[in-house]
Amino acid sequence: MRKFKDDISVVLCGEAGAGIQTVENSVSRIFKTAGFNVFTSKEYMSRVRGGSNSTQLRISSTPKNCYCDRIDIFIPFDKEAYKHLYSRITDDTVILADKEIIGETDKPFIDIPLSESAIGDVIYTNMIASGIILGLFKVDFSRLEKSIKGNFGKKGADIVDKNIAAGKRGYQIAAGILKEINIEVAPGKNVGNKILISGADACGMGALAGGCDFIASYPMTPGTNFFAFLAKNQTEFGVVVEQAEDEIAAINMSVGASYAGARSVVSTSGGGFDLMCEGVSLAAMTETPVVIHLAQRPGPATGLPTRTEQSDLDTALYSGHGEFQRAVFAPGNPLDCFDMTQKAFYIADKYQIPVFILSDQYLTDSIFCCPSFDKPEIPVKHIAESSPPYMRYKITPDGVSPRGVPGYGSGFVCAGSDEHDEDGRITEDENMRKAMHEKRMKKLDGILNETVKPELIGNFNYDNLIICWGSTVEMLKEVLEILNDEKTSLLYFKQVYPLHPKTNEYLKKAEKVIFVENNFNGQFEKFVFQNTGIKALGHIRKYDGLPFSADKVAQQLKTILEVK
Amino acid sequence: MTSTYDISGINNAWCPGCGNHLILSILKSALDELQISPENLLMVSGIGQAAKLPQYMKVSYFNGLHGRALPAAVAVKVSNVGLTVIAESGEGDMYGEGGNHFLATVRRNPDITNIVHNNMIYGLTKGQASPTSSIGIKTNIQVDGVFEQPFNPLAVAIAMNASFVARAFSGDAEQTKEILKQAIQHKGYSLVDILHPCVSFNKFNTFQWFKDNTYYIENHDVSDRNAAFILATKEDKLGLGIYYKNERPVFEEQLEATKTNKTPLYKRSADRQAKLDELMKSYV
Repeated sequence: MRKFKDDISVVLCGEAGAGIQTVENSVSRIFKTAGFNVFTSKEYMSRVRGGSNSTQLRISSTPKNCYCDRIDIFIPFDKEAYKHLYSRITDDTVILADKEIIGETDKPFIDIPLSESAIGDVIYTNMIASGIILGLFKVDFSRLEKSIKGNFGKKGADIVDKNIAAGKRGYQIAAGILKEINIEVAPGKNVGNKILISGADACGMGALAGGCDFIASYPMTPGTNFFAFLAKNQTEFGVVVEQAEDEIAAINMSVGASYAGARSVVSTSGGGFDLMCEGVSLAAMTETPVVIHLAQRPGPATGLPTRTEQSDLDTALYSGHGEFQRAVFAPGNPLDCFDMTQKAFYIADKYQIPVFILSDQYLTDSIFCCPSFDKPEIPVKHIAESSPPYMRYKITPDGVSPRGVPGYGSGFVCAGSDEHDEDGRITEDENMRKAMHEKRMKKLDGILNETVKPELIGNFNYDNLIICWGSTVEMLKEVLEILNDEKTSLLYFKQVYPLHPKTNEYLKKAEKVIFVENNFNGQFEKFVFQNTGIKALGHIRKYDGLPFSADKVAQQLKTILEVK
Repeated sequence: MTSTYDISGINNAWCPGCGNHLILSILKSALDELQISPENLLMVSGIGQAAKLPQYMKVSYFNGLHGRALPAAVAVKVSNVGLTVIAESGEGDMYGEGGNHFLATVRRNPDITNIVHNNMIYGLTKGQASPTSSIGIKTNIQVDGVFEQPFNPLAVAIAMNASFVARAFSGDAEQTKEILKQAIQHKGYSLVDILHPCVSFNKFNTFQWFKDNTYYIENHDVSDRNAAFILATKEDKLGLGIYYKNERPVFEEQLEATKTNKTPLYKRSADRQAKLDELMKSYV
């Protein structure tokens, strides 16, 4: 009998529109309420119907908040699904499939009824699958029943009953499967107090906590979920939400709103962000705060619209013509999504600059089980009542001028994209230009003072230091567990610009420095080298559109480090 | 004549005799007559000679990027619905670089006034064709003459059911002032396309040409969209006056955040702790 213990990866795969997403949402919540740690990630095609989309549910007793290549239980809904994930099937994978659908295969599988002829109506396939998955983990059936009543109650008793029957059928099938395999996962600690949240929603919560009250954006995967979160909560929180005609309008709106005193944000992905670059430069010159939620996907151009990559660090660092200050945050888990997004609004407002949140498809779409967020502080509004002769761009020692907004007080708030004098009027005076440029650049001192320190995970007395930023952090925490080497630690940057002044110190302490990035060029590695002069021993990079898997990275690291 | 909008010590960058001077003084009188205080007015402009207009007034302004006055103006309006918002710039800025925003703003129908200085040429870049340049005009880029169909802003706006559409001529101070007053008072998006000569670069559409090729429209029902469209597509002479008006719902009164709450965004409470706690529960 095959045995699975404590950390199980269940993967469902089927065509777009088959309802896998629904299974993911309801089943993950049931697992969580039943006390298991659960993590889900998905990979999907850029199409509305057809193709092959898959979802991974990782059910574990201790938190495993990342994707893994390993598949313990595989449920392909169709033949294409089987082929789609074929490379990830091993001899240890238990395949649950309907023989009628999947036909002849070169790998053994357990025949389960999912086809129309077997179950009568394919619309219940998802519910049967949900029942099977939950049944395999011996989750009390009443939990599924409650979830069905909650989700289908409005559709009438008949629909509820049929779904309950389908769910029961799934449980019966699971009972049969459990004669051949054994699954043992102990419930996790304190799971009841945890929350189940996606990266997109966590950033959205951070935006609300940070005082965000304006978003104009143009839908673009994977930036849309953050936009949709704010749209969903617009009434309750009083957020102005507008779908702009294009990304150029979106950022010009957000900058305009901010000029009038709003706390504004845009959400986009690489291609859309390219169109926004003029607005980044505008925000800098007019000294208007704006937050840019940039959810990365592989480029160039349209690239892989629904896949993941960390390849827009360079564009976040260098976009927009001219020289100016900015800040770039790169949270890697929901807690940091919440904290860093709040901080992004604070820094943008305080220093009157453009600030980036670098997310990616993997982080945005994945659902994590994590501690609930701390109560946020009430955001300070850095806005001043003005009276004549108010100078919007008054030269101050720290480069930050008191920010008036039109209509608040009797002063006139004159903002311009041309070089301007303290009053905001166009100037071509070279001395004024120099003074204004220096004033804007001076803001770096303040921003640096408030830069978030990279988080050291593992022993402080390390020889080997793995360096990461953004969404790879949870995967690398698992790598540390696998390596189980007290001389290897992880340094995680949740703010990548400006680089924390202690970076040099951290790197110097290490004998071997290794960067792990989801891109080809090693953008962060190069950036850190530019700033510290420290050369890494090696790196692990990936750019096939998919996230890293800890087991593989651990192997690669061992090779690089020669750790036994 | 003095205006509450006068400002001293300004180095004006417009050419002597430019129609922009007239538009500035007409706009200031219109605002004075409407008794809109400078503190309650917000001007948004783009880039170009026309876009410098707010710099020559005692007023708050957001002088943004080329073509982007309208998105910024819409956002300012919803962020503070109590402000009177005027977006103004040249025709290259509004109809060319900002063409998509022009269409989208007509659709949104925010309560703002859009003044477009239309001199049928690019001035600041020294004399290239604009979206409204007449066919045949030669420039340093259109060396064999313009051959593209000129953009017809009025016909486009009427076709899209814009809420207020008018054309004026900078040479007629009184009439233009009255049109501007009505446009500013109109609730909804108001387009005022103001024809005016470029004395430096447009040797064809001169002051006299405008005098000879314009007329004031009479006996026209401004609620008749079809009649307005026919007038707007007449190509022999350019009609001046109000073409079309309707009372469509305005943008800011349909947005959840501003439909009932008129408090400017910056004045609203930032304390969301209780609401966030509530929202957090949905993730447990």
